[in-house]
Amino acid sequence: MKVHLKIWRQKNQQEKGHFETYTVDEVNEHMSFLELLDVLNERLIKEGKDPVAFSHDCREGICGSCGMVINGRPHGPDSLIATCQLHMRQFRDGDTIVVEPFRAKAFPVLKDLVVDRSALDRILQAGGYITVNTGSAPEANSIPIPKKIAEEAFSAATCIGCGACVAACKNSSAMLFVAAKVSHLALLPQGQAERTERVKKMVKAMDKEGFGACSNTGACEAECPKGISLRHIARMNREYLRATFIAE
Amino acid sequence: MKLDAKIPEGPIQNKWKKHKANLKLVNPANKRKYEIIVVGTGLAGASAAASLGELGYRVKVFTYHDSPRRAHSIAAQGGINAAKNYHNDNDSVGRLFYDTIKGGDYRAREANVYRLAELSVQIIDQAVAQGVPFAREYGGLLDNRSFGGAQVARTFYAAGQTGQQLLLGAYSALNRQVAEKTVSVFTRREMLDLVVVDGRARGIIVRNLVTGEFERHSAHAVVLATGGYGNVYYLSTNAKHSNVTAIWRAYKRGAFFANPCFTQIHPTCIPQSGSYQSKLTLMSESLRNDGRVWVPKSREVAEKIRRGELTANDVSESERDYFLERRYPAFGNLVPRDVASRAAKERCDAGYGIVPTGLGVFLDFRDAIERLGKEVIRERYGNLFQMYEKITGENPYETPMKIYPAVHYTMGGLWVDYNLMSTIPGLYVIGEANFSDHGANRLGASALMQGLADGYFILPVTIGDYLATLPFDKISTDLAEFKDAEQKCIQNTERLISIQGNKTVDELHRELGKIVWDYIGMSRNREGLILAREKIRNLREEFYRNLRIPGGRHEINEQLERAGRVQDFLELAELMALDALHREESCGGHFREEYQTEDGEAKRNDELFSYVAAYEFRGEEEPTLHKEMLHFEYVKPTQRSYK
Repeated sequence: MKVHLKIWRQKNQQEKGHFETYTVDEVNEHMSFLELLDVLNERLIKEGKDPVAFSHDCREGICGSCGMVINGRPHGPDSLIATCQLHMRQFRDGDTIVVEPFRAKAFPVLKDLVVDRSALDRILQAGGYITVNTGSAPEANSIPIPKKIAEEAFSAATCIGCGACVAACKNSSAMLFVAAKVSHLALLPQGQAERTERVKKMVKAMDKEGFGACSNTGACEAECPKGISLRHIARMNREYLRATFIAE
Repeated sequence: MKLDAKIPEGPIQNKWKKHKANLKLVNPANKRKYEIIVVGTGLAGASAAASLGELGYRVKVFTYHDSPRRAHSIAAQGGINAAKNYHNDNDSVGRLFYDTIKGGDYRAREANVYRLAELSVQIIDQAVAQGVPFAREYGGLLDNRSFGGAQVARTFYAAGQTGQQLLLGAYSALNRQVAEKTVSVFTRREMLDLVVVDGRARGIIVRNLVTGEFERHSAHAVVLATGGYGNVYYLSTNAKHSNVTAIWRAYKRGAFFANPCFTQIHPTCIPQSGSYQSKLTLMSESLRNDGRVWVPKSREVAEKIRRGELTANDVSESERDYFLERRYPAFGNLVPRDVASRAAKERCDAGYGIVPTGLGVFLDFRDAIERLGKEVIRERYGNLFQMYEKITGENPYETPMKIYPAVHYTMGGLWVDYNLMSTIPGLYVIGEANFSDHGANRLGASALMQGLADGYFILPVTIGDYLATLPFDKISTDLAEFKDAEQKCIQNTERLISIQGNKTVDELHRELGKIVWDYIGMSRNREGLILAREKIRNLREEFYRNLRIPGGRHEINEQLERAGRVQDFLELAELMALDALHREESCGGHFREEYQTEDGEAKRNDELFSYVAAYEFRGEEEPTLHKEMLHFEYVKPTQRSYK
C-alpha cells in the first residue's frame, strides 16, 4: 500500500515549524509506524535531505521515548499502545497521515517531532519517591499488602512517562501523570510516612512547570498507552484535599 | 600484566563478609570531597548513583536518553531471582549459586556468583521498601514463579513489567538524591571517550546530543553502567540505541574486554517479518511456565502451515512434537535459554518451522487455559499477550504464539575484579557492561539481580576502598589528557561526516548484523569464523569509504550518533570472531559445531578452556589474550544435563 505523510518539520527550538508532505510506496501492513518513518528517512538521506527527527528506543511500548500526534491523536489511531506499537494495518491504501509533535507549553519542540519532557522528571524529583536508604529496608514479607491494593498500586505504577496525557489534554494538564505516582505511593503502606508532603510538593512542582489545570474531559485516560485510570486523579484530588487540612 | 581477580581467601560463605570488613572506609565528611561519574541509568547505573549519593559522594550521572527512566532495563519483563525460599521448595543461597554456575556452563567465578546469590535476598527487601509493586498472593505476601534452569520458584515479578518497576524504584531513589543535591543528572549526553591520567580513570568526554557540543567532565572515579552490545547483530531485543561505545572506547584506553563471544540468544521472540524490520521483540521467558513449545511431527504438516493451508489448531495432539519436553523431560519447557534456542533452531533447520520463512515454532497456551482458565492466564501474562497481539495481529488466547530465538543479552563485557574494577584503576564496570557472574549463559531473571546487586550493594562499598587512597584535589579538565581526548572525538566526528558516500548507517549496520548472526550467532565453526573476520574487515573498509551522514555536528543528528556506534560495532565484531575462533569448545551460548556430544549438546573442554578470556587492545596489532583461570572448589564441573 501507499500512504501520504504530512509531517511537522522544525529545525530547532527557535525556528518556526511547518508541514511537509511525503509519499511512501511499498508500505507493508506488518510494518510498525516507526519503521515507516525509518524507510522514509533512508530515502531522504539518499536524496541528500534532512531525515525526520523523532524520539524512540525500545520499540516495544515500555521506555516511553516515542510519542507523536498522529491524525490528531497522541500515539495514533489505536488504543493502549505507544507510537512504536502502532502498525500499518491500522491504515488504508492512499491514506494521508498527519504527524505532529506532542504540543504543550511545558514540552518545547527541540527538532521536528522531538520534544523536551524534562518537566516530568522535575515533578518526580520534587517528591515522587519513598525515602529509604540502600541497606535499611526491612524483610520484604514483613509488610503484607492485600492483593487488590497491590494491583491498584501497580496499575498506577505502569505509567511510562511518555506525556501522551499532556498532549491529549486541551489544557495540557499533567494531572494523570502526577496522579499515577501520587496514587501508587499513597496506596502502599511504605508510602504513608511522606503521604501528605508528597502530594503538596508534586502538585506545586507541576504548577510551576506550566502545565494546565485538569480539563475533566478524560482525554488523558483515553490516550494513555497503559490505560491508567481517572480513578487515580480522583485519588490525588482527595490526597491533596486531605493534605491541605493537615498541618505539619 | 597478570590478571588478579582479588578474590578473598577463606570459605565461600565468608568471603564477602570478610572482604567488606577489610575494605578501607572514607569518613562521612570526606565523602563530599570525592566526585564520581556514573555513565548509564539502567538498573545498575541508577541504583549505584543513588546509593553513592546517599553515602554523601558527589555524583554526576550521564545518559543519552532524555530521562534516566528510559534506560533499557525498563523493558525487562519476566522477573528477578532471589533465594528467599518463600515457597518452602527447598531453595537456598547455595542452590541459587549452584544453578547460576551450572546455568553459565562453568565459565563464571564461584566467589562472584556466591556473593550475587547472597545479595539477592536484600534486593527484594530494598525494592519492596521503595514501593515496587511486586505481584502478591491473597494473603498479601509476595508471589513467585519459575524460570528456566531452576527447579524451584524463586522469581519475583510485577506482571510482565518487572524491569520497569525495578527501574522506576531505582530511578525514584535517584530522584531523591537529585532533590538532595548529591547527584546531578546530565541527560542527552553520550560518552565518547574515557580520560585516563597517569594510569587512572579521571573523566569522560561526552557529546551533548541537543547542541552537539563536546564536554569534558572529571571525577575521582568513573563507573560504566552502559549495558550490553547485543545490537552488534543489528536485529536484537535490545533498544535501538543500546550500544557498545562507552565500554569499547574504554577498552581502547586499556580496559580488558572479557569473553566477547559469549552472547545470549533468547528462545522466545517474535519472528522477523520483513526486511524493513528494525528490532525484535522478546516474549518473556516466564511464558514457558505455562506455554508449551512445539512443531508438527511431520514435515508435510509444517509445510502446509507455512503455506497457510493449515493452522496450529488443525493439528491434533498426536501430531504435535513438544520437542523440549521430549528431549529434556526433567526441565521440559523450562530448560535454560541456550538449550531451548538451539533445540528450536535444530527443528527449524530440519524443516519443521511453522512460519513462512521457516524460522519459527509454536508457543502454545491451550492446555494452560483449559487447566487454569483465561482469567488466570490474563492476570499472569496479560500485557505480554496484548503486546504480542499488537505486533502480530493474532490473538494468543485463541491461536498459539509463533516464536523464534533472537539475540537478547551479552555475557561478555569489560573484565572486572571482585571489586568490580576494570584493569584501569578507578574505572568500575557494573551490570551487563561487565563480564562477570553469568559465565557462558545467563539464566532468566538473573540480569536484574546482577545489575542491582552491583549497583546497590557491591560498588558503593568497594569504590570507597579505592577512593580512600586518593587525595581530594579536584581534577582539572584543562589537563592535556582531557584536551587531547576531546580533540580526538571532534576529529572522529568530522571524519565520519566528511565521508559523504552512498550508504546509510542502517544499511551498513544491517550488513554487519547479518555477518555476525550467520557466523557468530547460535552456532559457530572454524571456517565460518575465519570468513567472518574477513567479511567484517571488508565492511569496515567500506564504512570509512562509503558512509553517508546527513547534516552536521552542531544539531540533533541521530544518524551521526548511530554512525559512531556502528563504527565501534565493526571493531567489536572482529574481536568476537577472534574470541569464538580461539575457544575450541562449546559452552553455554557459545556453540562450536566441531565440539558437541553425540546427541547435539554443548561439549566443554575444561582441561584447556576453563578460563576467562580477557583481551588487551594493541592498536593495529592483534589484541593480546590474557587468561584468568577459573577454579571450582564448590561446584564440580560436569556435563550440564537438563534431561
